[in-house]
Amino acid sequence: MSFRRGALAATMTATALVLAACGGSGDDTAAPEPEVAEAPEFEAGTTMAELAEAGTIRVGTKFDQPGFGLENLEGEVEGFDVEIAKIIAGGLGIAPEDIEWVQTPSAVREEVLEGDEVDMVVATYTINDTRKERISFAGPYYTAGQQIMVAADNDEITGPESFTDNPDATVCSVTGSTPAEQITEYLASPDQLVLFDEYSQCADSLSNGQVDAVTTDNVILLGFVSESDGEFKLVGEQFTEEPYGIGIPKGDVAFCEFIHETLRENEDAYTEAWEATAGQVEGTETPELPEFDECA
Amino acid sequence: MSQQQTVLYDAQGPRARRRTLIGTVVAVIALLGLAFVVYRRLDERGQFSMEEWGPLIDPGNDAFDAVWRLIGEGIVNTLKAATVAMVLSIVLGTLIAVARLSLGRVGRIPLIGLVELFRGIPVVVLVYIGVRVLPDVGVDLRGLPGGQVFWGLVIGLTVYNMVIFAEIVRAGVASLPKGQREAALATGLTSWQTMRIVLLPQAFRTMLPAIISQLIVVLKDTSLVTFIANFDELLSQGESIQRNLGNPIQTFFVIAVLYIAINYALGRLAQWIQARQARGGSAVKATARGDLAPVRDGA
Amino acid sequence: MSPVLDNIDLFVDGFLTSLEIILWALAGTLPLGVLIAACRVSPIPPLRAFGTFWVTTFRNTPLTVVLVFCAFGLPELGINRSFFFFGVLGLVLYTSAFVCEAVRSGINSVPAGQAEAARSIGLNFTQGLRYVVLPQALRTVVPPLGSVVIAMMKNSAVVGAFGVGGDLWSTGQRLTSALGYETFPIFVGGVAVGYLIITLTAGALLQVLERRVAIAR
Repeated sequence: MSFRRGALAATMTATALVLAACGGSGDDTAAPEPEVAEAPEFEAGTTMAELAEAGTIRVGTKFDQPGFGLENLEGEVEGFDVEIAKIIAGGLGIAPEDIEWVQTPSAVREEVLEGDEVDMVVATYTINDTRKERISFAGPYYTAGQQIMVAADNDEITGPESFTDNPDATVCSVTGSTPAEQITEYLASPDQLVLFDEYSQCADSLSNGQVDAVTTDNVILLGFVSESDGEFKLVGEQFTEEPYGIGIPKGDVAFCEFIHETLRENEDAYTEAWEATAGQVEGTETPELPEFDECA
Repeated sequence: MSQQQTVLYDAQGPRARRRTLIGTVVAVIALLGLAFVVYRRLDERGQFSMEEWGPLIDPGNDAFDAVWRLIGEGIVNTLKAATVAMVLSIVLGTLIAVARLSLGRVGRIPLIGLVELFRGIPVVVLVYIGVRVLPDVGVDLRGLPGGQVFWGLVIGLTVYNMVIFAEIVRAGVASLPKGQREAALATGLTSWQTMRIVLLPQAFRTMLPAIISQLIVVLKDTSLVTFIANFDELLSQGESIQRNLGNPIQTFFVIAVLYIAINYALGRLAQWIQARQARGGSAVKATARGDLAPVRDGA
Repeated sequence: MSPVLDNIDLFVDGFLTSLEIILWALAGTLPLGVLIAACRVSPIPPLRAFGTFWVTTFRNTPLTVVLVFCAFGLPELGINRSFFFFGVLGLVLYTSAFVCEAVRSGINSVPAGQAEAARSIGLNFTQGLRYVVLPQALRTVVPPLGSVVIAMMKNSAVVGAFGVGGDLWSTGQRLTSALGYETFPIFVGGVAVGYLIITLTAGALLQVLERRVAIAR
């Protein structure tokens, strides 16, 4: 349990409250209002035409990931992934309030696309070949990397290799996640890995001395570092590369190209989206829109 | 309860009373001491600050309304899932029990197998199968009101509890005096009519406390869905709240108190019904001690 | 069921870890439950109140919530032990309430004359309980206690989710969500079967035990 004050989430909620109170008067950290295209034209029969016609889009995102997709107490989702989805919806002429948000935890991301429960998934979704067998990706729109977080006074753990050298050191991650699998190759014994449902539980356990380190994508860890008031720090380099993509139904090339085009046209909105959400965390750098993969 | 305690020891004389008094004082001091140590340690870490508690207990706090709206929804969803699962388990459990009582020696073997099978699997695994495996093997529950996760949870809980009910019903029917069945058959009722009109109604009356005890178990088990999928029951709502406010100890404390309050009230209801039955109808008396109730408990 | 056979080593490890959790929890919860039951029937009012409080709390709280407090609350009190310890502890505390109630109903089933006879030969409360009442109560208590113990074995699946890992349940989760196996063979053919082996064996042992200790009344 977290006994630290001012969690990233809390900070962001607070920011939102303050902004709401000020009536959103020109503060540049305000959640940006993405441009909504007026009556865009699409070739008949495409996904875009169908969605624009319907005037609504179903977006799968996470509801528990501070900075990327987090449901606040009012039931609204906020974060970088959410803003990216709003930009794309805007390109279809769909206003943010017409988006239907579907909670999509890691384990079901392919399923909801295959089962036509959502039109796209924007949920810290790493592009990889196994997943490409079932769905297609647009993007990447961001590149994260796995890293390690320890208590500020810990000098013994300096990177993933420290777990090989020191079989007593424990590291925490989330059950069934890619980072949990990727750290195992560095471990001297499987007992070193502690698994929970959520990263916040890992951070709590690091705070109260139950584990020695936490590992996952750098951006998620940075959120915890910034909220910890100097209690945590990141060590070592990023030892993996995690390109985040937008999941779409398999083989929908036209939709993929449309997403690429929309993101390229809205680079400013992209930057603003970052700065209003994940970019609020100290130590993050505002990313450039990455080079997109070929649509397939 | 109190009369049983006096069975274990006599009415106390002056010396025993003095010893009891000393024991009381020592126990009170020890328990208070323990409570104080816990209090100090928590206080040192700022666990009693209004910053952590405010959203939960101070109606003037900005987040108070939202927090309690979420908790309210959570309670409603927990009760919904528990009630639906309970009703389905009772219906299916009764069917299994009746089938088992009316089939011959050989015919009931598959039913006994079914009961043993589902009783041996952890309820969390059955909920997982309901929520995650069923859609994977092509069972589409999305069209039903309440959605796929709700019905997956209900199915998992039902499968687990219906076999427990089958056992409760069977024991309830078996506990009725033999004359009931014989008299019913003698008046010309068929064996199915005997079951439906004479035996089951009586068995249900004696089983009511056991049914309520099992409802408590089902209610608690709804929280297992938090590991498996997203369903906004009470515990999941607590997780959502502490994720936003960063005050898990306080939030989960309130959630725990709510579970205890709801379940305690249900438990008292069961006891009250039991006590009433113990005073009432004679056919009921034999089994109304409620020893059925705790037997299957503990899930 | 080849996904299960392909990972049979993981399942065997998971099975053994689950068994380990169960055995430790059993060793803890039986004595604790008897102790709480003794509190509930003791002549000292605060101990009775404490026993009642204990049972009310743990019987009415979901195991999940008990485990949350063990895994995250106890370190806040400065108690740092392994998650395995906390997980087993949570299971022990939760189950002790049910053990207590089973034992207490057993104590109540011992005829009053037994306790009276014990007192008449000069045994005090503790001695009467220890030498006369409990040995008889424990016999009547075997069937309900057996149900409680089997329920505890099944509940051990929940412990795995609290940082313990490597048990049957967590193995199933890992194979399906991280390694991408189909859920049906893993959970139906692997995890469920693993628990069935444990619970059905325990059920059979229990029947033997029941026959051994059964006393005609």
